[in-house]
Amino acid sequence: MIWGVLQFPGSCDERDALHACEVASGEARLLWHESRDLDGVDAVVVPGGFSYGDYLRAGAIARFSPAMEAVAEFAAAGGPVLGICNGFQVLCEAGLLPGALLRNEDLRFVCRQADLIEERSGETLSIPLKHGEGRYYAPEAVLDELEASGQVAYRYAPGHNPNGSVRDIAGVRNEAGNVVGLMPHPEHAVDPLTGSTDGLRVFEAVAAAGARG
Amino acid sequence: MAKHRELGLTDSEFELIVEKLGREPNDVELAMFSLLWSEHCAYKHSRKLLRRLPTEGERVVMGPGENAGAVDVGNGYAVAFKVESHNHPSAVEPFQGAATGVGGILRDVFAIGARPIAILDSLRFGELDSVRSRHLLDGAVRGIGHYGNSIGVATVGGEIYFEEPYEHNCLVNAMCLGLAKTEDMVRAAAAGVGNAVVLMGASTGRDGIGGASVLASAELGEGDDAKRPTVQIGDPFEESKVLECCLELLEKGLLVSLQDLGAAGLTSSAGEMASAGGVGIDLDVAKVPLREADMEPFEIMVSESQERMLAVVEPARVDEVRAICEKWQTGSAEIGVVTDTGTIRILRGGDVVGEMPVEALVDGCPLYDLEPAEPGGWIYDNRATLQAGGSAEEELLALLSAPSIASKRWAFEQYDSVVGSRTARRPEAAEAAVLALPEAGSAIAVSIDGNGRRVACDPYAGTIEAVLECAQNLACVGAEPLGLTNCLNFGNPEKPATAWQLDRAVTGLADACTALGVPVVGGNVSLYNEGPDGPIYPTPVVGMVGELPDPAQVAGNTFTKEGDAIGLLGPFAPTLAGSELAKQRGELDTGLPQPDLEAVAAACATVREAVRAGKLSSARDVSDGGLACALAESSIGTGHGCRADLQPLRERGCSPEEALFGEGSGGFLLSGDRATLDSLGALVIGEVGGDAVDLAAGDRSLTVPLAEAERAWRSLAV
Repeated sequence: MIWGVLQFPGSCDERDALHACEVASGEARLLWHESRDLDGVDAVVVPGGFSYGDYLRAGAIARFSPAMEAVAEFAAAGGPVLGICNGFQVLCEAGLLPGALLRNEDLRFVCRQADLIEERSGETLSIPLKHGEGRYYAPEAVLDELEASGQVAYRYAPGHNPNGSVRDIAGVRNEAGNVVGLMPHPEHAVDPLTGSTDGLRVFEAVAAAGARG
Repeated sequence: MAKHRELGLTDSEFELIVEKLGREPNDVELAMFSLLWSEHCAYKHSRKLLRRLPTEGERVVMGPGENAGAVDVGNGYAVAFKVESHNHPSAVEPFQGAATGVGGILRDVFAIGARPIAILDSLRFGELDSVRSRHLLDGAVRGIGHYGNSIGVATVGGEIYFEEPYEHNCLVNAMCLGLAKTEDMVRAAAAGVGNAVVLMGASTGRDGIGGASVLASAELGEGDDAKRPTVQIGDPFEESKVLECCLELLEKGLLVSLQDLGAAGLTSSAGEMASAGGVGIDLDVAKVPLREADMEPFEIMVSESQERMLAVVEPARVDEVRAICEKWQTGSAEIGVVTDTGTIRILRGGDVVGEMPVEALVDGCPLYDLEPAEPGGWIYDNRATLQAGGSAEEELLALLSAPSIASKRWAFEQYDSVVGSRTARRPEAAEAAVLALPEAGSAIAVSIDGNGRRVACDPYAGTIEAVLECAQNLACVGAEPLGLTNCLNFGNPEKPATAWQLDRAVTGLADACTALGVPVVGGNVSLYNEGPDGPIYPTPVVGMVGELPDPAQVAGNTFTKEGDAIGLLGPFAPTLAGSELAKQRGELDTGLPQPDLEAVAAACATVREAVRAGKLSSARDVSDGGLACALAESSIGTGHGCRADLQPLRERGCSPEEALFGEGSGGFLLSGDRATLDSLGALVIGEVGGDAVDLAAGDRSLTVPLAEAERAWRSLAV
């Protein structure tokens, strides 16, 4: 399986994501934001960072990039897409995922290790998070629908919600299940030396969703 | 007032400029001279002292004089690092001051072709019960986070102290480490007559005009709000693009030399590049991309607009360079040419608006001898905050909750400490930050330390202690020192007491580095750190980088196993002199015991080898708040209490109080199995277990439940 990792000006975690993809399944390459060509990859990561500076609103500009147009088509065709942090924000801005990410409740950037519950398996993953705009929000009716249709992908474990996200939601998927976004950073959790290897589970889950599609 | 005095030049300096030019300087030239002859750029009160520092070492790849120092880490890789101050801008506008401090030190590191991989910060503020200090702390922490997080470089460590003398003049020192392929590294010397001078990055505006001279090289005082326009505004997104652009240009071998624009902007970058290369440079200010069209030539030459780099490029490769700048959506303009004239010529279109010999401008500033005089006693205030006659439990809790000792989690959780996937030990998880270097097949550790209060007590011994604390922190993670950078933050050097502090501190730094065999590869001096109430504590901040073979073997700094023995290793004979307890009692005075450099170095070696061999459960350097705080901090958050008997320290001449709360160099607190600690020669003082910090110390014995200790230690927030 070949992963592609988008690179915008202002991306921060694209090299980490590249490495994580390699650890997860062997091959990965960077995809430049100005190109509509996804280079034949089997799955796409929209990585963390501050695309185009994010001075307007996180992800608000990146969603208009040529690469994101290609990602929208790729996703519509069932291709697996993983948005991490800024990538999650971009996917929400692009309308590929429901909801929005708001400023953290206490208005401060936060970086710490947190426990996540993978909704489907009930498994607990220890993964770092780091963001200033990570408070997941959607209207109550939408949230009910997401829960009913199994679109909540990850929740913060009790006591681990760092930002005031509604219903402790840390990550969601689209209706088809092939597009997943989350605020915590699985690409920083693929080596016991730097904290944990639980992040690999996230990459594997996305790859599997694509395989099913 | 004569114009040159407004710009910070003395009459005799002005006369010397006239003599060197053979005429009076015009406004452009005067502005440029005033900046390059400022304390901040010329080091005129410190340069002679700095010659005492040892700068040579087998592993040194780049030493002082370049944008950053660098040491060889094997496999064709080098680690570059440097610490720099941004004190006065932060005192005037903490968010942007701290943010651009980070931006500036990042540029120093990628200017030599190294990719920044880590940031550390050393911060000093007044006491936290001051509204101003809380504002400065909050702003500086947000500013550091804003810049470092946005650009994607991990902030992996640092320290914060709160002391009254920093009330008006906070300190914001930022350190950056970068990783480079040694063969791709580049120097700042301009070369090749006829080569193009290309300005890259952001456009040039009116921000930061006079920052180096008016703001950085004078005492703070009334009316500093009016200096706010001299503080620069940071744009981490622009820097991120310039960074990637420069690294790509260097990787492709397209640059002859590269220099960042920092203090004094184009003036110092062009001047220093020409000086280092022994050439001249012609610059046309009409070709500089501007934010405001009507800027005067002198404004363009001294603007400190951020996120700009200056490169020397062969004429045939200019188009290629500009195309890569365009790819990264950052600016580029060919603004000048390298000449053989030995002069810096400033043109505006066809007109020459300034012309100065490089030698006079860059190296012509007179260097001054200090006139040191030891003050008669303690020259700072004493303020008692701790009631006399309290119990030892109360004292321990007062120390653990002291903002300088309490956990800094509130601050470091606002920084991205994991980006880059190298951070093997995050803040507070070990005594030093540990970064994996898979490229070099090893890892590095880094620590930044400096306790100004203790340096105020004895500038010589206090500075040695700062170096030793770094070395001890590195030993605790199994690292051997490779090199050191420093930032000397002091008051007004023209005052005899400050001159004496500076003189003694530099001697202490030199002696400690020589004894440990650690070369000084770079640094920064920040003087005139004074407010209306007097000077700051003399604050040499030391950043030390070491290497270790296997980051997986690194010991943490907290207890891990019930029943482990607890040992004290090293020549540790604590006293209350200069301690946090003495501060809280209002009993600070001059004098510290002199550290035994050789004995501490030997203890460092013992601990380093034991950690590398994986023999220890934990290792911690005993510092602020003494053994009692070190024991409590080793227990907090682990669920393992500790029982220890500190009475054996009587043999070292320590009273019960000194054994508990006394401070000094050379102490390692280790945990592991009893036989291992015995074999290392550690004094076994207790064992891990229970749910309290339970310390026997004669009439000052204490028992504090873990939960209570943790509450005190975790009390810092703004």
